[in-house]
Amino acid sequence: MANADCIVIQGSNMAECHPVGYQWVTEAKARGAKVIHVDPRFTRTSAVADKHVPIRAGSDIVLLGALINHVLAHNLWFEEYVVAYTNAATLVNDDYRDAEDLDGLFSGFDPESGQYDMSTWAYAEGDGGRVSGPEGDPEHGAESVPEAAGQQLGSGGPPMEHARMQRDETLQDPRTVFQILKRHYARYTPEMVQEVCGIAPEDFAYLARSITENSGRERTTCFAYAVGWTQHSLGAQFIRTASILQLLLGNMGRPGGGIMALRGHASIQGSTDIPTLFNLLPGYLPMPVAGTHDTFEDYLDAIASKKQKGYWAEADAYTVSLLKAWWGDAATADNDWAYDYLPRLTGAHGTFQTLTSMLDDEVEGYFLLGQNPAVGSSNGRMQRMAMSHLKWLVVRDLNLIESATWWKDSPEIASGELRTEDIETEVFFLPAATHVEKAGTFTQTQRLLQWRHQAVAPPGECQSELQFFHELGKRIRQRLAGSTDERDRPLLDLTWDYPTDAHGEPDAEVVLAEINGRHLQGPDAGRPLSSFTEMRADGSTSGGCWIYTGVYADGVNRAAARKPGQEQGPAALEWGWAWPANRRILYNRASADPQGRPWSERKKHVWWDEEQRTWVGDDVPDFPLHLAPGTRPDPDAGGAAALAGDDPFIMQADGKGWLYAPKGMVDGPLPSHYEPQESPVANALYTQQRNPSRVLMARQDNLTAPSAGDPGAGVYPYVFTTYRLTEHHTAGGMSRWLPYLAELQPEMFCEVSPELAEECGLEPYGWATVVSPRAAIEVRVLVTDRMTPLVVRGRTVHQIGLPYHWGVGDDAVVSGDAANDLLGLTLEPNVQIQDSKVGSCHIRPGRRPRGPALLDLVAEYQARAGVTVETGNTRLDGPGGAPGPDPDTDPTTHPTREN
Amino acid sequence: MGQLAGPTDPAADAHWEHQHPRKGFFTDTSICIGCKACEVACKEWNQNPQDGDLQLLESSYDNTGALGASTWRHVAFVEQDGERIEEARESGRALVSLGMPRVGPPEARAAAEPGDSTPPDTPEFRWLMSSDVCKHCTHAGCLDVCPTGALFRTEHGTVVVQDDICNGCGTCVAGCPFGVIERRTDGTAAPRTEREGRPGSEPAVPNVGVAQKCTLCYDRMVDDQTPACAQTCPTTSIKYGDHDDMVDQARQRVAEMHAQGRTEARLYGANELDGVGGTGSVFLLLDEPEVYGLPPDPRVPTADLPRMYRRAGLAAAGMLAAAAVAFVGGRS
Repeated sequence: MANADCIVIQGSNMAECHPVGYQWVTEAKARGAKVIHVDPRFTRTSAVADKHVPIRAGSDIVLLGALINHVLAHNLWFEEYVVAYTNAATLVNDDYRDAEDLDGLFSGFDPESGQYDMSTWAYAEGDGGRVSGPEGDPEHGAESVPEAAGQQLGSGGPPMEHARMQRDETLQDPRTVFQILKRHYARYTPEMVQEVCGIAPEDFAYLARSITENSGRERTTCFAYAVGWTQHSLGAQFIRTASILQLLLGNMGRPGGGIMALRGHASIQGSTDIPTLFNLLPGYLPMPVAGTHDTFEDYLDAIASKKQKGYWAEADAYTVSLLKAWWGDAATADNDWAYDYLPRLTGAHGTFQTLTSMLDDEVEGYFLLGQNPAVGSSNGRMQRMAMSHLKWLVVRDLNLIESATWWKDSPEIASGELRTEDIETEVFFLPAATHVEKAGTFTQTQRLLQWRHQAVAPPGECQSELQFFHELGKRIRQRLAGSTDERDRPLLDLTWDYPTDAHGEPDAEVVLAEINGRHLQGPDAGRPLSSFTEMRADGSTSGGCWIYTGVYADGVNRAAARKPGQEQGPAALEWGWAWPANRRILYNRASADPQGRPWSERKKHVWWDEEQRTWVGDDVPDFPLHLAPGTRPDPDAGGAAALAGDDPFIMQADGKGWLYAPKGMVDGPLPSHYEPQESPVANALYTQQRNPSRVLMARQDNLTAPSAGDPGAGVYPYVFTTYRLTEHHTAGGMSRWLPYLAELQPEMFCEVSPELAEECGLEPYGWATVVSPRAAIEVRVLVTDRMTPLVVRGRTVHQIGLPYHWGVGDDAVVSGDAANDLLGLTLEPNVQIQDSKVGSCHIRPGRRPRGPALLDLVAEYQARAGVTVETGNTRLDGPGGAPGPDPDTDPTTHPTREN
Repeated sequence: MGQLAGPTDPAADAHWEHQHPRKGFFTDTSICIGCKACEVACKEWNQNPQDGDLQLLESSYDNTGALGASTWRHVAFVEQDGERIEEARESGRALVSLGMPRVGPPEARAAAEPGDSTPPDTPEFRWLMSSDVCKHCTHAGCLDVCPTGALFRTEHGTVVVQDDICNGCGTCVAGCPFGVIERRTDGTAAPRTEREGRPGSEPAVPNVGVAQKCTLCYDRMVDDQTPACAQTCPTTSIKYGDHDDMVDQARQRVAEMHAQGRTEARLYGANELDGVGGTGSVFLLLDEPEVYGLPPDPRVPTADLPRMYRRAGLAAAGMLAAAAVAFVGGRS
């Protein structure tokens, strides 16, 4: 980021939530970069940015789409880059219909299931047909788990039958991705931005000018986002829109470019690389699905075709090495490398599906590790009620968090909904070691693994996660010893022999070595692998996470490398270790032109050295080292051998950056704007109000407020958004128990504009009660000019800011009502994330009622708004679905659709 | 006793035989992100107790309030509208035309920015953040009035309290022109001897009753370590080093900002001709000092001593003369 000439921070409050990472923005600014912050609130990030642009929460696709339109309409796109490195020239098949043609739906939508059949989105085949996946079209078979399909594809994107795409490099064919893109965003204009986002045309012009002036050969622009983009019912599409824009501007794979996904906790990146997610195995390999991936062959075919381009074609080697790392000698060619030891998915098993299963008494026990759902998860009441249905609950944390004490001091105890003596859940609290009391790696935002040395031993009975799970595994295996039951084999055959120190702590470096992988046979047996390209599918190598291979090359812990930046090159390759292969910028082949020369001296990073016939540069080249720029592959080749010399996106099935996603995004090949689940305005672009593919959780304890045009919408007229403050950490488990942090932000508050305070009679620093269809909470009122009312579609939209760090309980230094209690649960369909960045509410002066009267207040609002389980939970709006926005109450009409 | 006012090297003035370069802070508030990591790192290293009352202070994001016995770094938050920003820009420009602060040659790079050489539009709103700290004055009021010698000038030119010597008289509290130093309380009025628990047990709040303030991490400095606040500051808003370098950097930064049209930038504490002989901690501010709660024209009380002595002497001489005249006159 320090190399950027312009940085747009949108969907993130970077200075407050990522203050350490913000040093790079400060450095870029010191070198002359322009910093723009697009956010509903003026925050500490805005305070140090060159410009703050207030936006209505959840309208980002309109703004980004309009920037795409601006770039295309004014010919500001980086032509040479776009034609050579993206799929702009690729033809899409004739059956494709855009959301512009179908009023907010793409072709292939099934209103019953809410899912798309993606086959009509495919690239065109020479005979007028479509390029499909390796098994025809495996995406949406009857027994698949479509809700999780996008994430299952992992970093490689969806597979392709082959890589011989039809291209029109003049970009004139109406079926080219480029022309489709142009048509799709034609109505995303500055006027539309003003209409939908509440952003003035001069602010839009400033933003458009800043990013286009700072893109091209000589300059690069970087975007940074965090959960302000992801936590929406179409969050993944927000990021896709930014990706399209960055590809058009030629800012991918180049220094100071890209899109920085800011991670909110230490090693959250690590927890997706070696995942805690239900649908992934380490290294973004998918979890097998029952009925679809019954055999090892089915599974491998579904990941990648041997004929497609790039390194995903080697997925069999990564998978076999993983199975060898887990099951050692028990994984043999005869038993398909113990493939059948892997569990199978029978549907979506995300945290919220588990939540509803808990409420339905289908879950007996629950482990909470470094998580405080009673405060930190959406719809807090559902979370706490669900825990009361468990037989047992294990909480491993630093402090006695609310998720460990809800049975005696939760809001539901106060309201009388739960009585301690009636709760049968047995709660175990196990103290955890802190980050300074254990060794291991953190993987941060930039995929950098950094080793953390143990500073002191954990006090008392506190244990590291490593020790806890090692011990738990040992005890379970002891219990099962001698079992002849087949289902116990996977546990008994695990490689589980980690050396421990005097305190019983396993050696974390041994675990790192196992993740790195080693040769198992031949003269090199036992030697650590130095690269994932050494992995083989014949059982001769092991490795716990292929993308991490190399971190322990030559038996050296490279995550612990600590050479100061000033003593090494610009990419600082000897500080920590970045996956894959210590590359600091992914797809960095794109930092050179198609002939292999740097786009400019100023932005040079990796280039082709004709004399040495190899790629060289400041970074580790993210390309086959000796693949010359002009190389054209054998048309029948697959894998890395199929890559052309100008295919920088080596993990994509066609080697190109995807402006248009012919597969993989379950809610559309191009991002389109839909309003959030709860919105005070009607969708200005389509009759379809909400993302038709969103995952609904229609339940009485998860009601949705009526949106614009629906009766009762006026009962919850204000938009609220939740966020973090620098002084606290998420649900407060690491901050509200610490006096030094607690005193810096002691009380729950809301942020409102002077106009809203006036409208509702709110006193500065007085009390107010915020009511949503789920809950009512009380807050102190910060009246501030930092909140701006926006005029959207002819009406003033007030936004209320709510930090979510406080919770109701007796043990912390400071406590307060939890903002997350207000939130409902509607999920994004690709990654199952909750839409916690925007909701509808009302705010009134004074404290909330105590006891059962609190429930009466919430019920009174629900009754007045007339909300039912169906409200907001129909798939289709307008014809065929629920009634669309009422034209009489809707101040603007839908613009005429062209194309 | 050394020099009482005006420019001087305070360590030399304090008769240190082995002199070290004078150390100090440069706090550049233009890049402060208000994270308060300095406040926390300071408390953590110096083991200062929690002193907030766990209620909102009703002052934007500031719930600390002011520097005090247990708070040695304090981040102020000031919300301002466009009119006030224009005024700040105007007053900063006026300072330059008065020749203070001294402005070096404009940085070449700032001018090279395409389309950016003109002053940026004045925004409609801004949120100032600034981390305040003890000034470690060239002429330190607290030190000069301390009757026990508990406050002393270190070899690095900083001012430090010796907890075990301070008798809690409080003279220094009135002596500091910035209101920095304060006696620590534990919330009770009981005499110190009756406050602590069993003999030998750790008191809940250490150093109750004695004067406390920033030591510029003297204990770290003697080991060549950076003070905790500067070490932790993620954006290098708090810089630490030789005082001369700090002042140079500060002047350069102001010049750079003025070249960009941001004439609201000005220095605080870098003028060695001011009432405290310049401060060891210098600041780059984006508005007048009062906006941040800083005195515009701090003056060490002892600066007036020579004048007071002169006047007292003059008065005494006058009285003597008058008496003499009376006697002489009586005789005549």
